[in-house]
Amino acid sequence: MSGESLVVHTPLDPETARRLRAGQRVLLRGVVYAARDAAHKRMVEALEQGGSLPFPPEGAVIYYVGPTPAPPGRPIGAAGPTTSGRMDGYAPALLAQGVRGMIGKGYRSPAVKEALRQYGAVYLAATGGAGALLSRCIVQSEVIAYPDLGPEAVLRLEVLDFPAVVVNDAQGGDLYEAGKKQYALPDETGGHAAG
Amino acid sequence: MREIQAQEVSRTVADMCQQANYHLGRDMREALARARDREESPVGRDILDQLLQNASIAEAEHIPLCQDTGVAVFFVDLGQDVHISGGGLEEAINEGVRQGYSQGLLRKSMVAHPWRRKNTGDNTPAIIHLRLVPGDRLRLTFTAKGGGSENMSALRMLKPADGLEGVKNFVVETVAKAGPNACPPMVVGVGVGGNFETCALLAKKALLRPVGQPNADPELAQVEEELLQRANRLGVGPQGLGGRITVLAVQMEVYPCHIASLPVAVNIQCHANRHVVAEL
Ligand code: SF4
Repeated sequence: MSGESLVVHTPLDPETARRLRAGQRVLLRGVVYAARDAAHKRMVEALEQGGSLPFPPEGAVIYYVGPTPAPPGRPIGAAGPTTSGRMDGYAPALLAQGVRGMIGKGYRSPAVKEALRQYGAVYLAATGGAGALLSRCIVQSEVIAYPDLGPEAVLRLEVLDFPAVVVNDAQGGDLYEAGKKQYALPDETGGHAAG
Repeated sequence: MREIQAQEVSRTVADMCQQANYHLGRDMREALARARDREESPVGRDILDQLLQNASIAEAEHIPLCQDTGVAVFFVDLGQDVHISGGGLEEAINEGVRQGYSQGLLRKSMVAHPWRRKNTGDNTPAIIHLRLVPGDRLRLTFTAKGGGSENMSALRMLKPADGLEGVKNFVVETVAKAGPNACPPMVVGVGVGGNFETCALLAKKALLRPVGQPNADPELAQVEEELLQRANRLGVGPQGLGGRITVLAVQMEVYPCHIASLPVAVNIQCHANRHVVAEL
């Protein structure tokens, strides 16, 4: 994993997305779109019915987050990532529309990793549970779709130096696999090595 | 008979919900700081620094530690010489959750039905485990349980022949599967024995101990320590990005069980290990 954080601007252009490698730490600047379970369901249903996404898809970065309500005078409350795997079923359809980055935490399915390769996109992890810290990197927030979903509405977020790390890149690199391999020790108890 | 007003229960509960979500307990801060010193992976150390910093920001700026402010889970020890007046105990607790989550600007994460999935809007109903005990006190333990780590928890009905080895392997396997999804470093609650529902409850109760406080029974304490060592050989590391510290503590509770059974439950708790106790 590279030590230096790279400043990356959103929306992601195709070259930048293809250059990012698993293990690269980044600081994101620009706009990302917050959406989680219920919003994904609606977005993909809209696409199936010939509709469009509630934001310009080209190069868009989606952040899997359902923040706490904003305290007075602040754009947003705690805003750390939620588990990405629940969005696996919807992600390829969004990538096909031009979405080029997703931020969350936890494993992605083989189908999503394949779609990353196919569309030249990346999956990044933010620190799960660092909701207060990450909230400081969000300078503006606005509901742009599905306000009835409450904490699951789609938000347009402006981020400044939002820290994340590339987990799955467009070349098939996988930091979760590589990191574990690097630090795993043999199970000396004779019990089966849990994997 | 000692009288306790339902309103007082609600007020206390409202405070507890906020307290737990804004202040990470000292046990957890110390465990994270120790992990920071021991972690070999530079990225892992970075993550642990972020988590310690996160706790300070949450406290200073009154922002919840994590956006998943959890299902409101209560363990209630009700003294049998207590009389709750002015309303029912469960409703008083739910009213407290309602107030606490709304006043505290906490996220409402409960849906009213498992597949219709409409948000109840106030984080109720709470999940309440009530026990009648001797005395005239009311003791409430609150934990805000996040979905990410709860989803990686598991229960298995082992065969008695699987023995302690089978129990240990199941725990390590569950931690390995949880990986990055459960926001490691995690605390692992293990319940062994009882029956199907009792072992799950034991696993959750085990998590209520101050982190790293070993079981009072030296044999169980040794099993906890061995499991901790084994889990930390997996290499999962902070946030699953590779490292030495996957688990901060394994906490186990046991209970008698049927001659044919060996139930085991593993309740995974993320580093946002939020619990507070109040006594009325
Ligand atoms: S698993 Fe825990 S730390 Fe991670 S997002 Fe959920 S509640 Fe927060």
